[in-house]
Amino acid sequence: MVDVPLGPAGVIPPAEVEDMELYHPHSWVTKYVFSQDAKVIAIQYSATALGVGLVALVLSWLMRLQLGFPGVFSFIDANAYYQYITMHGMMMVVYVLTALFLGGFGNYLIPLMIGARDMVFPYANMLSFWLYLLAVLVLMASFFVPGGPTGAGWTLYPPQAIMTGTPGGQDWGIILMLVSLMIFIVGFTMGGLNYVVTVLQARARGMTLMRMPLTVWGIFTASFMALLAFPALFVGAVMMLFDRVLGTSFFMPAIVEMGQPLERGGGSPLLFQHLFWFFGHPEVYIVALPAFGIVSDLISTHARRNIFGYRMMVWAILIIGALSFVVWAHHMYVSGMNPYFGFFFATTTLIIAVPTAIKVYNWILTLWRGDIHLNVPMLFALGFIVTFVNGGLTGLFLGNVVVDVPLSDTMFVVAHFHMVMGVAPILVIFGAIYHWYPKVTGRMLNDALGKLHFWVTFLGAYAIFFPMHYLGLMGVPRRYHEMGGMAFVPPSAQTLNAFITVVALVVGFVQLLFVFNLIWSLRHGRPAGGNPWRATTLEWQTPETPPPHGNWGKELPVVYRWAYDYSVPGADQDFVPQNQASITRAAPEPAS
Amino acid sequence: MAVALILVVVALGSVLFHLVSPWWWTPIASNWRFIDDTIIITFWITGLVFVAVVLFMAYCIYRFRHEKGRTAAYEPENKRLEWWLTGVTGVGVAAMLAPGLFVWNQFITVPEDATDIEVVGQQWQWSYRLPGADGKLGMADTRNVSADNPLGLKRDDPNGQDDIIIEGGELRLPVGKPVKALLRSIDVLHNFYVPEFRAKMDMVPGQVSYFWLTPTRTGTFEILCAELCGVGHPHMRGTVMVQTEQEYLAWMQEQSERTFARLSAPD
Repeated sequence: MVDVPLGPAGVIPPAEVEDMELYHPHSWVTKYVFSQDAKVIAIQYSATALGVGLVALVLSWLMRLQLGFPGVFSFIDANAYYQYITMHGMMMVVYVLTALFLGGFGNYLIPLMIGARDMVFPYANMLSFWLYLLAVLVLMASFFVPGGPTGAGWTLYPPQAIMTGTPGGQDWGIILMLVSLMIFIVGFTMGGLNYVVTVLQARARGMTLMRMPLTVWGIFTASFMALLAFPALFVGAVMMLFDRVLGTSFFMPAIVEMGQPLERGGGSPLLFQHLFWFFGHPEVYIVALPAFGIVSDLISTHARRNIFGYRMMVWAILIIGALSFVVWAHHMYVSGMNPYFGFFFATTTLIIAVPTAIKVYNWILTLWRGDIHLNVPMLFALGFIVTFVNGGLTGLFLGNVVVDVPLSDTMFVVAHFHMVMGVAPILVIFGAIYHWYPKVTGRMLNDALGKLHFWVTFLGAYAIFFPMHYLGLMGVPRRYHEMGGMAFVPPSAQTLNAFITVVALVVGFVQLLFVFNLIWSLRHGRPAGGNPWRATTLEWQTPETPPPHGNWGKELPVVYRWAYDYSVPGADQDFVPQNQASITRAAPEPAS
Repeated sequence: MAVALILVVVALGSVLFHLVSPWWWTPIASNWRFIDDTIIITFWITGLVFVAVVLFMAYCIYRFRHEKGRTAAYEPENKRLEWWLTGVTGVGVAAMLAPGLFVWNQFITVPEDATDIEVVGQQWQWSYRLPGADGKLGMADTRNVSADNPLGLKRDDPNGQDDIIIEGGELRLPVGKPVKALLRSIDVLHNFYVPEFRAKMDMVPGQVSYFWLTPTRTGTFEILCAELCGVGHPHMRGTVMVQTEQEYLAWMQEQSERTFARLSAPD
C-alpha cells in the first residue's frame, strides 16, 4: 500500500466542467437561511441538535436531583419525573445523536471527504433540515400544552402511553410526541437518501469505495440502515396515533382503565414493541457506526499511523449493520413474547460482539507502534474506547438471555446504555468537533479549555455510570422516581445516588464551558490554516478554509490513494494526502 | 505519562470497586443459582477483557507517545494477528453463550409437577389466585371485569369454584415446591419481579405470560413492578411469604373455608 498503483485515475484529467456558478447562492437568505449548501445545512443541524442537547441535559439534572435528594425539590413530582425521563431519552437518542451524526457530520463531511461539490439533491437536503426543525418545535411545544409532555418512557409502550395513568396519555403530550417523530422521519428520509446516493454517485475520480475514509463508511452504512429502520417506527407511530385519536385498537386488547372496561379489543401491545425495537436496535448502531468511523479517523490521524486492518474495519461495519436487524428482540426477553425466541436472539446478539471486538482491537493496534499526539481530539477518542469497551462488555450480560432476566428493567440497563450509546458516542462527537472545528471556522478551539472539558467529562461520566451498574445488580428497578424503602436496599445506596447526582451536575456545568469555547474561539481562536492536523483526507486539502460553496474551486480533486497514508516510509512528510499523486511532494507528475 | 497513569487507575480502580463495593445482589431465595453462576462467568471474562484492553492502551500511550524523532510503523494489515484475535473472541463469546442458553432452556422448561398460581397486575396493585383442592385455576377474561368481579373471573367455570383469591394481601408459597406463575394484567404492562427470586416477566394485557421457580428458603420478600406502568409505578409493591409446607397448608385450609363460606353465602 506504499505506492498505491495509480491505475486509470492517474491519467484522467481533472473534471473540466465549470460548474461553480451552480453553487453560488444569490442572496443572504439563500446563503445562510434557506441554504442548499450541505455545509450550511450541517451547521444548522448541529446547532439545533446541540440546543436540544442542552435542554435534555437540564432534564437529566432535574431527574438526578430527584434521585439524589428525593423529596427536597417539591416541583419534581412523579408526573414531572416521568416527563423528564421520557423527553430526555427521546431527545438524546433521536433529536441529538441521530441528527448530529447524520444531519450534522454527514452533511459536512460526506461531500468534502469524497471530493464532491455538494450533496446530489441539495433542495431535498434543505427540506430535510427544515422538517427537522419543525419536528423539534413540535416536540418542544409539548412542554407548553395542557397536561405537559408525555411521560410514557422513551419507549412509549402502549397501552399506558395513551391511557390516563400516564402523564400526557389522554392529553396532548403523546400526540405531539408521535407527530414530531413522524415529521422527523420524513425529514430524515430526505437527508438519508441524499447521504446514500451522494456516496454512491458523487465520489471524486479515484475515490473507490475501498479508499473512502472510515468516517464516510460509518455514516453511509448508518444512513442506509436508518432508511430501513425508521419506517418501522413511523408505522408504529401512525398506528398509535390512530389508537389514541380515532379509537382504533392496533395495540389495545380488551382492557380496563381505572376500573372501567374500555370499548377496545383485539390489539396487541407486543406488536408495538416489535415495531419499536425493529427500529430501536438498528438505531443503536445508527448512532454507533458513525462514531466508529469518526473515531477511527481521529485515532489514525493523531497517532500518525495508518488505521490497522482497514478492510476488516469496513467489513466489520457492514456486518454489524446487517446483523443489527436481526437482534431487536433482545430488548424483549422478559416482554412475554414466545420464550423460544430467546435462543435465536441471544445467539445473534452475542455474534455481533465479534465484529465489534475486532474494531476495538484495530483501534488499539493503531495506537501500538504509533506516534501518539495526545491532543484534545485524541483524548476524546481514547475516552471513547474506554467507555465503549466498558459499555459493550456489559452488553454481553444483557444480550445473554438468561443473564438478562434478573438485570433487565434495573439500573444496570440504564448504566449500560448510557455508557455505550450515551457517553461513548458523545465523547466522539466532542472529539470530532475539536477535530473539524478548524475546518468549519478557520480557527482552533482553545486547548486548555478542551483538556479541562475532556477530563471532567470522561472521568465524571465514568464515575456516574460505572457504580450505577451495581445498583441494578442489587435489584433497584429503573424508572422509579424514588426508591422508597425497599427492604433489600441498604441506606448506602442512597448515598451513592447522591454522589452520582453531584458528579452529574459538575459534568453538566462543564458542558457550558464547551459551549463558551465554541463561541469564544469563533473570534479569538488561534488561526488554523487549511490542514492543522496534517491529515490525509480530502476535506483538509480544500483550496480555501473554511471551504466556500462548491468546496473545490475550479477543479475537483483526483484521488490517488487510501485515506491512511501516515508515516509512509520514504515520504517527505509523515502524511500523504489522498489527492497527492506521489509520496513525495516534489515528484513529477506520474507518467502514463 | 499522566494520561497512561490515569487509564491504569481507571482499569484497576474499576476492579477494586467491584471487589470492595457494598452493593451486590441480594441473597438468592430460588432455584436460579445457575443464573448467578452465569453472571459470575460473564464478570470474569468481561472483566479480564476490560482490564487487558485498557492496560494495553495505557502501555501504548506511554511507550509510543510523541517524542522528537519518533516515527510510526507503517503496517496496514496483519492477517495472522487479526484472525487470531477473531478466533479468541469467538471462543470467549461461546464460553458465555453456551451456559447462558443451557440455563435459559431450564428457565423456560416448566417441570410437570409445578403448581399453577396466578398473579394479576393492575394500576397499581397486585392480586393473586391460587387453585383450590382441584389444583386447577378457573378461566378469566378482562372483558368480565366489573366492580364485583375485579379479576374478570368466569363465574360458571367449575375449575374456578374453589380458587382462592387474594386481593391486596400477601402471596404465600411453600418452600421447595416448584411454582408456575401465570401472569396477567387487566390494564397496562406490569412486571412481576422479586429480586431474591432472580426471575421476572412482563404482564401484558390480552395475553398470559409465565415463569417458574422453586423457592429455596423461607422468608418474606418484596414484590416490585419492573415495567413502567404510569405514575404509581414505584409504589406498586407486594409481599411474598415463603413458608414451610405445614404453615402453608394450614393457611390454605383457612383460606378454603373462607372461600367456601363466601361462595355459599346468599347474595
